[in-house]
Amino acid sequence: MDLNALPDLGLAWMEGSGEHSDIVLSTRVRLARNLQGHAFGPRARVNDREAVLVRMRRAVDQVELLNPALQVDLPEVGVRSRQVLLERRVVTRDLIGEDEGEAPVRGTAVVISGREPVNVLVNEEDHLRLQAFLPGLQLRNAWGLVDRLDEEMGGQLPYAFHPSFGFLTSCPTNVGTGLRASVLLHLPGLVLTKEISRVLHSLGQVGLTFRGLYGEGSEVVGNFFQISNQTTLGKTEDDLVDHLDHMVRQVIKHETQARQVLLRDARAVTEDKVWRAYGLLRYARTLSFDELMNLLSGVRLGMSLQLLPGLRVYTLNKLMIFTQPAHLEQAAGRDLTPVEQDAHRAAYVRQVLHGEAQAPSSSEERGSNAPFDGV
Amino acid sequence: MKGDMCEDCGTNEAVIRLTHVVNNEMTVVGLCESCAAERGVDSSSSQVASPLADFLAQMSGDAVQETPSAQRCSFCGLSYRDFKQVGRLGCPECWSAFQGPLESLVRRIHGSVQHLGKVYLPPDPSASEVEKRLEGLRHRLDRAVQAEDFERAAAIRDRIQELRPEVEEAR
Repeated sequence: MDLNALPDLGLAWMEGSGEHSDIVLSTRVRLARNLQGHAFGPRARVNDREAVLVRMRRAVDQVELLNPALQVDLPEVGVRSRQVLLERRVVTRDLIGEDEGEAPVRGTAVVISGREPVNVLVNEEDHLRLQAFLPGLQLRNAWGLVDRLDEEMGGQLPYAFHPSFGFLTSCPTNVGTGLRASVLLHLPGLVLTKEISRVLHSLGQVGLTFRGLYGEGSEVVGNFFQISNQTTLGKTEDDLVDHLDHMVRQVIKHETQARQVLLRDARAVTEDKVWRAYGLLRYARTLSFDELMNLLSGVRLGMSLQLLPGLRVYTLNKLMIFTQPAHLEQAAGRDLTPVEQDAHRAAYVRQVLHGEAQAPSSSEERGSNAPFDGV
Repeated sequence: MKGDMCEDCGTNEAVIRLTHVVNNEMTVVGLCESCAAERGVDSSSSQVASPLADFLAQMSGDAVQETPSAQRCSFCGLSYRDFKQVGRLGCPECWSAFQGPLESLVRRIHGSVQHLGKVYLPPDPSASEVEKRLEGLRHRLDRAVQAEDFERAAAIRDRIQELRPEVEEAR
């Protein structure tokens, strides 16, 4: 499978629309489902997985939301394609296997809809993981989409369901609704005003959890945080989604206030910070991924505060995705050493931002994800 | 059943027999006093080794409850000890095989042991499956109305309407 033929695969969320897109990058809602009569998780054998995959393939034909769809058998495609899918957050690390060299388990697959931003992971921790992935804050829409997908698939497949425990899962933390809703937020204001700990830790008291986005090391990068629900049983899906939505809006309010404080009380410092970030991105010759993410955070903040002109959210999102290792290697057509990656990354960023500076309102930019020859 | 160990802690002798009846299925759990207290069972009540509980326990096929650790799922062979080590169950049947301890675990994790979300309707459903589905939809309808989300309420009402022919067929 040549992902170059499908440059925007799995990237609908990048277009930067959706509510509060200056703070919220994306919304994801996933449902965990298992089929009756087959083992899952630690007890799944090859024939269990293959049986599930066969049933899934048959069901896909009958499911409107998955027509058309791209079906990817993960052991069949190359390591780099799998890494690209991981970097686009279409698949999870659990699905493709821990180490890059390790081949994924037979029967693992992903079905990506060509109609709506939904996909299905097959034979991860549970037999099926249905997910909807939308730009900005769109919890209700994402839940509505994945619910529709679930209704359609449930009509074709024998789900494992229990009247008290609900939808049965491999891990008890997912049982019941099997629903995990999460929102990815950019919170530089709260980080800079040193309120981030207080705000995030209060979420634990209301059944929510958060984690930072990790870069290449073990450090959190880019001031990005993902907030999700922890409880999955004992409430309706609507209530779980509404609760997360309500709390995320509180966080957005705090972040907005923090950004206003920065503008009001530290304008010169903030302007300098964001312009320096922009300058480095425009002209640096090497950039590590972590440094890139931190600089992008500054630029994203600058854009939101209207201190920096003419950049689109889509462009910044693109810079987050296409600068990752497998994407760089795919564009270069060969493996790259870490040192080469840093150089190619910087060159790609220069090219994109230079193009943006020349013709910021050009809509052709959107289509040009062409392989970049490292300059 | 004297000499059996408590099924929660595995260290003390089980002196209290707790009978659960959930969805017409009965399970009997042997507990020591402190674990029973943890579960909120009042051990000074007549629940202590009541003759009726003994009698009913002997009537059910599963009268002898082994300590959960050694218990295995009949479908996938996962033992409860395995589950405690990896934190993952092996198949849908595990949820019935280890229902007792899983209920406690689920209550600790989620604060509840009753699913209130959408109810799965299998292809070719029985009358009771359709009824459960309707119950689930009605509950969601209530919640939507309470939340004043009338658009969602209308969508749920549509789903209830769609079930009408199914209800007739299943009868």
